[in-house]
Amino acid sequence: MIEVTAENFKQEVLSVDKIVIVDFNADWCGPCQMQAPLLEEAAEELGDVCKFASANIDFAKDLAIEYEVGTIPCLVMFKNGEEIDRKIGLQATKKVIKWVTKKCTTL
Amino acid sequence: MGDEEMYDIVIIGAGIAGLTASIYARRAGKKVLIVEASSYGGQIINSPNIENFPSYDNVSGIDLMRKTYRQAERLGVEFVFNKVLKVEKKETTFLIVTDDGDFEANAVILASGTQNRRIGLEHESEFMSRGVSYCATCDGALYKDKVVAVYGGGYTAVSGACYLADICQHVYLIHRRNKLRAVGMPVERLKDFKNVETQLSSTIVKLNGEDKLESITLATPEGEKTLPVDALFVTIGREPNVNFIEGLEKDDDGYIVAGEDCKTNIPGLFVAGDIRTKKLRQLVTAASDGAVAATEALEYLQGA
Repeated sequence: MIEVTAENFKQEVLSVDKIVIVDFNADWCGPCQMQAPLLEEAAEELGDVCKFASANIDFAKDLAIEYEVGTIPCLVMFKNGEEIDRKIGLQATKKVIKWVTKKCTTL
Repeated sequence: MGDEEMYDIVIIGAGIAGLTASIYARRAGKKVLIVEASSYGGQIINSPNIENFPSYDNVSGIDLMRKTYRQAERLGVEFVFNKVLKVEKKETTFLIVTDDGDFEANAVILASGTQNRRIGLEHESEFMSRGVSYCATCDGALYKDKVVAVYGGGYTAVSGACYLADICQHVYLIHRRNKLRAVGMPVERLKDFKNVETQLSSTIVKLNGEDKLESITLATPEGEKTLPVDALFVTIGREPNVNFIEGLEKDDDGYIVAGEDCKTNIPGLFVAGDIRTKKLRQLVTAASDGAVAATEALEYLQGA
């Protein structure tokens, strides 16, 4: 999963035309540590349908503030540079897959 | 009744209690489903260092629960990650209604643990992650140099306020009683901070804001008062996750009444882990409950 900060956010997230899910997390957050491998699993299953990115809030605080992330883990879904949905709290692999698949069919 | 998939045992919750129960039930050859609202692991995944679990000098909650989940999965326990909306006792079976499909079981083990207690105000869910948080140490860093409030008077609230005082511009500590419940060190520490303002005998009655929390309204002995805040940390204790089932006998705090045999007042419905009335809530006691509840459920199925 690619690491994003304010520097590469535009290039890696906002200007991508498919769905991008940004996982806001921190090293000291237990559920976040749990979330990362579950997202890897989801990414493997979803393939090219969407892109996953990780924003460690200790290095990407500006992004957390800009997108008003007030609780982590928080998954923010982007499409064409805009936030289209978000999930708060730990999400199981199957839930993430279902979430993305549903969005793909309704967009 | 429709075409719900039928299981011997459905377990609600994939923390240590639920996973242990599933391991015992699967090893006895039963068809077992775990329904979990979030992800597996339960509350213990927040603990980076566990030093009181037999066989480990030190293990993280995440590592321990990952192993336990894999163990259950390898044994053939099925998992769905749905929120349970209702559990209903039919004539001889139980109907488990979730936000994504229904299931049927001959026996049910409730192992859904506890959650942070909500205030129960309008907009509370809506503002979650947009100003309302239930964990100061988890989310405090996101409100650096901001004005925040902590609601509660226990140890978690007071130590949370101390933690935030180091990060935030101003911290209000709001408690409904006229005296903090916490005693000792955190209360002493609190006095050292010039940027903490304690507001006793006050309750929060309104959360205000457009898309995010902007201010809170308090009912104080001097009347209503509105404080502009960027965040509110609600630390008023934990409560059992059992609002989806009717007719269960509970104690005054909402925990399900059951003895060491984990049997509830509803035949075929068992309870394991933190939601059961008990004195000691620990990993080992939750695991122990899981084993007992599964064994009792197996016995119940034999007689059924």
